[in-house]
Amino acid sequence: MLDAKALRNDFPILSRTVHGGKPLVYLDNAATTQKPRQVLEALTRYYSETNANVHRGIHVLAEEATIAYEGVRQQTAQFLGAPSPRSVIFTRNATEAINLFANAWGRTALKPGDQILLSEMEHHSNLVPWQMLAKATGASLTFLRITDDGRLRLEELDQLLTSRTKLVAITHMSNVLGTINPVAEIASQAHRRGALVLVDGAQAAPHLPVDVHALGVDAYACSAHKMLGPTGVGILWAREPLLEAMEPFLGGGEMISNVELTSSTWNEIPWKFEAGTPNVADVVAFGEALAYLRRVGLSAIHEHEVALAAYAVERLRGVDGVTIYGPHGKAACGGVVSFNLEGLHPHDVGTVLDSEGVAVRAGHHCAKPLMRRLGVAATARASFYLYNTQEEADRLVEAVKATKLFFGRPAKVAL
Amino acid sequence: MVMEQLDELYRQVILEHFKNPGHAGTLDDAQVKADGANPLCGDELTYHLKLAGDRIVQIRFRGKGCAISQAAASMLSAQLEGKTVADATRVIETMKSMMQGRDPDPAVDLGDLEALAGVKKFPVRIKCAALSWNVVESGLRDYGQRSEDRRQRSEKA
Repeated sequence: MLDAKALRNDFPILSRTVHGGKPLVYLDNAATTQKPRQVLEALTRYYSETNANVHRGIHVLAEEATIAYEGVRQQTAQFLGAPSPRSVIFTRNATEAINLFANAWGRTALKPGDQILLSEMEHHSNLVPWQMLAKATGASLTFLRITDDGRLRLEELDQLLTSRTKLVAITHMSNVLGTINPVAEIASQAHRRGALVLVDGAQAAPHLPVDVHALGVDAYACSAHKMLGPTGVGILWAREPLLEAMEPFLGGGEMISNVELTSSTWNEIPWKFEAGTPNVADVVAFGEALAYLRRVGLSAIHEHEVALAAYAVERLRGVDGVTIYGPHGKAACGGVVSFNLEGLHPHDVGTVLDSEGVAVRAGHHCAKPLMRRLGVAATARASFYLYNTQEEADRLVEAVKATKLFFGRPAKVAL
Repeated sequence: MVMEQLDELYRQVILEHFKNPGHAGTLDDAQVKADGANPLCGDELTYHLKLAGDRIVQIRFRGKGCAISQAAASMLSAQLEGKTVADATRVIETMKSMMQGRDPDPAVDLGDLEALAGVKKFPVRIKCAALSWNVVESGLRDYGQRSEDRRQRSEKA
């Protein structure tokens, strides 16, 4: 078990108050997580002691910066169970990681008539890049449907996988429903049909043990800022032979081997995909986030969040007029609880929760097709992390009740 | 629960318009039909305006979304119905400048719309209120353009 109360001491922001002295209850972790002082200090330390450009200097700072930057690549590979740091590429965010793969792999690998299989629960970041790729290559998109309670209809997967399916791109964990998808099973079915599998792990890598080797997938994307790290760092892992065969995504410095006036040859992987000066400082600080997560333990983190979400779901279900989305209690689910209050738009709910110090997300969560599938315009979403406590789940529930009271006041006159 | 700030956003008159919106519905013979949405939060509004000469004689709206967006739609309908297009435009301009933090022109009667003054303290919610007048404004602008085109065509003919 993890001691959330003790961990909170590492996160300076969690001791601040909002709206006239209310302790902050931060439940918007699926959007971004807070940073421990180890990460904040690493950032300052890097700029105070080491700052230099990487891979090209002959002075001591450049050498230290390069060692630190490449060290985090090694750490990231270990964190994801990847066999080699050569297969880890740093991008700006998970979205850019998926776009990189879509462009660098898809533009040469796909031809008209090919299919990319997605699901109805994808975040726009794992949907729109494929729409763009389909338009550019003449490939088409097919979709694995979901059940009403937000699970993939796996029984339909076999039928959807055809000889024309070249890629399955699927989320490891839904940012709206919390559903954890059986990625290993999907990968093994897809591979039998000769399709590659890319996993959007933005919501999984921060919250549960991920081993790309054990999952048997071909590419995995995630985002540092959702896992205690700074903003501006994304990760794409992909199998080495795939990366070797792929054309570069962006051109410029760092990614070349030789440059003539009219042509160039490419650097080795992974640098072939990292054009320009990378986000060295944030990558270096991200190393502290990875170390922190390893110290606490991903299994312990997952257990803690699942317990918190189950507790919150149970208490929210006891509030009249609350609808909860996702397969909570029926299938594997992480610490994400989407809900609505009858007769109220989630923005109004979010505003009242905020006035109580409870920070949640309200909106479509960058998953508009999923909102349509659920038959709602938007939801409110509470998402937990390692530093959240049961008392905070209680404050969420009390604030939801307060919201009901606030809007339940009778209108005086009919207009 | 400290309610002062919330009460300023959700004034009683706003909640009343939200719970019992006036002017809900559609008008088959409307000259102005305009719709709009806030894609980030899912607020949607459709306005139908019937004009006689330069006067708005009837307004109906349909929509879904948050309390602020739907109440604003109801209040705006109540305030604009019966006004000339020029006066309606003045009301809209006044609401816009109010959201930008300027004091509204006291010469312009805002009616219940005045209750939206508290919204400007919640920057993320301004677009909820503004959806209503943005939709009506674009509908009136298109209508004005169409009328102008017709006038020019008939002059040429």
